[in-house]
Amino acid sequence: MAVAHTTVAPHQHVADKPLEYQNPVQSVKILGFWIFLATDMLLFGCLFATYLVLRTHTDGGPTPHDIFDVRGFTIETFVLLTSSFTGGMSTLAMRNGNKRQLLTWLIVTIALGLTFVGFEASEFVSDALRGATMQRSAFLSAFFTLVGTHGTHVSIGIIWMIVTAIQVAKKGINPISARKVFVVNLYWHFLDVVWVFIFTVVYLSGVVM
Amino acid sequence: MHKQSVKKWGALVTAVLAAALLSGCGPQYLVFHPVGPVGKQELNLIITSVILIAIVIVPTLAIFFFIIFRYRNTPGNKAKYSPEWSESKVLEVVWWSIPIIIVGILSVFTAKTTFALTRPPEQNVNPMTIEVTSLDWKWLFQYPGQGVATVNYCEIPTGVPVQFVLTSDAPMNSFWVPQLGGQEYTMPGMAMGLWLQADKPGQYYGHGANFTGRGFAHDDFTVIAASNSDFNKWVSQTKSSAPALTMADYNKLKKPSTMGTASYSSFPKGLFDNVIWSEGGRYMPGTMNMAGMASGNSTAMSNSTAKSGIANEASQSSSSNK
Amino acid sequence: MPAALKQFTDTYLMWNEGYLIWISDILIALTSIGIVATLTYFKKWKWLWKEWLTSVDHKRIGIMYLIAALLMMFRGGADAMLLRTQLASPNSHFLTAEHYDQIFTTHGTIMILFMAMPMIFAMFNIVVPLQIGARDVAFPYLNAISFWLFFFGAMLFNISFVFGGSPDAGWVSYPPLTELGFDKGPGENFYLLSLQISGIGSIATGINFLATILKMRAPGMKLMRMPLFTWSVVAASIVIIFAFPALTIALALLMLDRIVGTHFFTMLHGGDPMMFVNLFWIWGHPEVYIVVLPAFGVFSEVVATFARKRIFGYTSMVASLLLISVISYFVWAHHFFTMGAGADVNTFFAVASMMVAIPTGVKVFNWLFTMFRGRISFELPMLWTLAFVPNFIIGGATGVMLAVAPADYQYHNSYFLIAHFHQVLIAGPVFGLIAGMYFWWPKMFGFKLDEKIGRIAFWLFNIGFYVCFMPQYALGFKGMQRRMYTYPAGMGWHTLNLISTIGAYIMGLGFLFIVVQIVYSIKYGERDLTGDPWNGRTLEWSLPSPAPHYNFAVIPTVTDRDMLWVMKQEGREGELRRINPDAIADIHMPKNSGRPFLMGLAFFVAGFGFVFNWYVLAVIGLVGVALTMILRAFEWDDEYHILAEEVREVEAALGRL
Repeated sequence: MAVAHTTVAPHQHVADKPLEYQNPVQSVKILGFWIFLATDMLLFGCLFATYLVLRTHTDGGPTPHDIFDVRGFTIETFVLLTSSFTGGMSTLAMRNGNKRQLLTWLIVTIALGLTFVGFEASEFVSDALRGATMQRSAFLSAFFTLVGTHGTHVSIGIIWMIVTAIQVAKKGINPISARKVFVVNLYWHFLDVVWVFIFTVVYLSGVVM
Repeated sequence: MHKQSVKKWGALVTAVLAAALLSGCGPQYLVFHPVGPVGKQELNLIITSVILIAIVIVPTLAIFFFIIFRYRNTPGNKAKYSPEWSESKVLEVVWWSIPIIIVGILSVFTAKTTFALTRPPEQNVNPMTIEVTSLDWKWLFQYPGQGVATVNYCEIPTGVPVQFVLTSDAPMNSFWVPQLGGQEYTMPGMAMGLWLQADKPGQYYGHGANFTGRGFAHDDFTVIAASNSDFNKWVSQTKSSAPALTMADYNKLKKPSTMGTASYSSFPKGLFDNVIWSEGGRYMPGTMNMAGMASGNSTAMSNSTAKSGIANEASQSSSSNK
Repeated sequence: MPAALKQFTDTYLMWNEGYLIWISDILIALTSIGIVATLTYFKKWKWLWKEWLTSVDHKRIGIMYLIAALLMMFRGGADAMLLRTQLASPNSHFLTAEHYDQIFTTHGTIMILFMAMPMIFAMFNIVVPLQIGARDVAFPYLNAISFWLFFFGAMLFNISFVFGGSPDAGWVSYPPLTELGFDKGPGENFYLLSLQISGIGSIATGINFLATILKMRAPGMKLMRMPLFTWSVVAASIVIIFAFPALTIALALLMLDRIVGTHFFTMLHGGDPMMFVNLFWIWGHPEVYIVVLPAFGVFSEVVATFARKRIFGYTSMVASLLLISVISYFVWAHHFFTMGAGADVNTFFAVASMMVAIPTGVKVFNWLFTMFRGRISFELPMLWTLAFVPNFIIGGATGVMLAVAPADYQYHNSYFLIAHFHQVLIAGPVFGLIAGMYFWWPKMFGFKLDEKIGRIAFWLFNIGFYVCFMPQYALGFKGMQRRMYTYPAGMGWHTLNLISTIGAYIMGLGFLFIVVQIVYSIKYGERDLTGDPWNGRTLEWSLPSPAPHYNFAVIPTVTDRDMLWVMKQEGREGELRRINPDAIADIHMPKNSGRPFLMGLAFFVAGFGFVFNWYVLAVIGLVGVALTMILRAFEWDDEYHILAEEVREVEAALGRL
């Protein structure tokens, strides 16, 4: 491989590495994606900071306590954590070279992702119907933007996973599709981690406060 | 010939430097001519920092010019040439430590003055408070102790530390009277304190220092320092002859425009605090306490008093720009 | 004129605002017609598309960045001339307040984001793969996307001048001044969206170059054998990756305030303008290190080359680069010492800010001692580097003065500050990148830039610099604030302002001489036939100028710092310049693609839609973005082979076999 020659001779220990890392071009892409996740993490970091500054700025409108629905966000958390698990299963299936299992797990993950987005959307709609729109107060602006950005990420992840699944179905499991499956799952796990923070920093502490 | 031209240039450079130095002493260099303890402290710190920095940069500049002259690539240059010499622990230790030491010393001075400036410059005299609101593009001064208010000029007694409490009912601005001392921002929803004091009677130039839009260039004001008795005379005169500032007047002042000066015999009670409260002060208990203390008002404020009298800022609350 | 048309021309084309707009319209129309006519006449459309717009070659992308940066320098410089003309005399009516406000905003924004940034990216692209012995960057396709996002972001920003109106709240764009209540026009939206679009490109560039340098170095090139310019790119990329997300968020939230009606930074409903100021400077301060660190890298290369000596204290140089990038995150509040933070906070940020002077000072000493016992020749890259040293020392000194928090109360927002940051930003990035441009120009184009015209440009620009900015320090002490569109006569500001304006004109003249120099040199410049015009030290000079498409026919094995120099000392440089034909193998290269260009265009359309709240257009643009991304996902065959035989032919033609 000429374009992406690495400092390590490319054909050493190929067999020791997981499939997605075997081709050096693909393995550089995985590194690049890790760095991207660092920037995305900082992006969320800034949104969290904004939320923490503004969460008491309710302008006499709804407070966190008023609008957070324990049942709703518990279900969302459960669904998303499970989807992270099924996503992990798809990576495992990919490494085992089992295309059918891989596709099945991807589809399950997509379905769970859609469920999560559905719950979140209905939560947002019911908030808005009760007058808790993002234009109402700085707190609500920050809340909807933080959680909504996460939701947008998940939605993009769903489309991405569908696109990846189609490619796996068409081309089978090989170093390129393996890398794609691995990377989309990295992204998915990352969103899961972000959600854990949203769950604790936004929802739990909001209900407790 | 050569020597002569060097002499000539030397004379010219000396002349220019002397001119620069002399003009530096000119009264128009406001920062160099402070009339109060705050400005003086800041000037001292400026001079200290210049000296400390000069200790490093003057020799460095000299070494720089020496090196590029001595080691220039001309045929017959006999200076030493050692192309592989690239390490010297001793030298590196030297120039890591010099800036560290200088920064260390300067940090001490900085910290001291930073903390000192948060206290009244004069401990033995009873301070007074003036509440400053920056508007588009004018300055409103309210005197909670005296009950009067002014626009675009501000009368203070000499020798008395003045706590300026600053806020803005417009985009953020910055309150700067160079001869009295450095600036502090005026920000909506916050009350920030700035201690200043004038020791000499006179009129001092003040200006909004942070860009606020179209009228910014004309956003100046004058601080008039007068002796205690003149100041009191001015207060009683204003009280007897000037009109009152009503809420309607205030809302008119708030509209973007530039104007001359104005004086008012009174102002609506709680105006200053209410403005801060409604624009975010209620989320910053610390800030409100300070404003409350400074103005002598009770800090306990309910939402309802905050709303009374404050016209909702129509321009701000509209959210669409279609 | 029908009323509807008149309303259109008044609202969007601003024809009611007078002759400045009309002249610009005519100039832009003439330039566009000229470009289209030339391309058509010489039948160059296909060439433009195939060789440039769709290229993913780092060298071509670098050249496009460079051209864009020079054009933007012209635009930003023209803005500066207008500003200085207005300030030449008190109570001047050359510009109105509205126009002045717009022009200083576009001047600042363009110079930082659309001039300095593409200029450093030009250097990244042109130099890094060649210095580390790679054939391209890690992600060539992404690299093209970065460029087109920058390009269309810059287009979106510049179009505001003649369509809809420019932003006018300063390059820092503080709310609540930039909220709808005070700023209705589309100008601010242009600012937000164009920065957002080009900012995404910048993040991608940071990721790309970090991955490139970490993973794609030639065998044997350990980290501590990397040239210092490459190290500076590592440091700058790390800063980009960690700083730009804060800008993304600051811009996004302000955009939501303006478009959706949220209350992040409004005065009422709980908004907190201070939050924007923090987010902005958490990016904004590191940003100045992003643009200055690569300049430090350039200086390190140039000093070693033209003093013909190894760089002094390599380890310290690397350490100080990394130290600066770390400290850069802990100083942002020094941009608002005067915003009422406590004395403890101010002291912390003051001391942290002064600490920047430590590694920076060490770098200066190391440059000096690189020249000590060297042999200095004063060619153009070195001239600019030497001019940088005293200039930056003074700028650094005033920087330390500004870091002294209580003293800053007197400097803040005054012309003292203006003089300081122009001094560090011009002496650092501008001198550095001009030095770099001269240094690597032969590598890009195969000829040198004319020395004589270059010297005239150099002296004009340098003398102009001091004449322009030294008086501004004095103006600060005289109490003159920044961003005043005019000033009264009685303050004693007139003479110094006039001198400053004259200096600005001299600098402008200097820039024009650089343009003349480039045009002249295209025809008459000395051709670089050796590929090593400066007696270079690093791998890029072992290649022919310009380097072939695939850079290295055979990837060299690195055994030393200053690889080429060491081999020259040992008389072995032929090993790098004469290729063993049997060692040449097939080379994989990335395929060109038109999609990055189209993606940039789609972003432009979306941005334009959001600027005017024309949501149909915005959605069309976003769909375009999504489409280009999905199509990319399905593109599996994005590489092609250059056969060993072809490589041999090319190398033979270059006389390297």
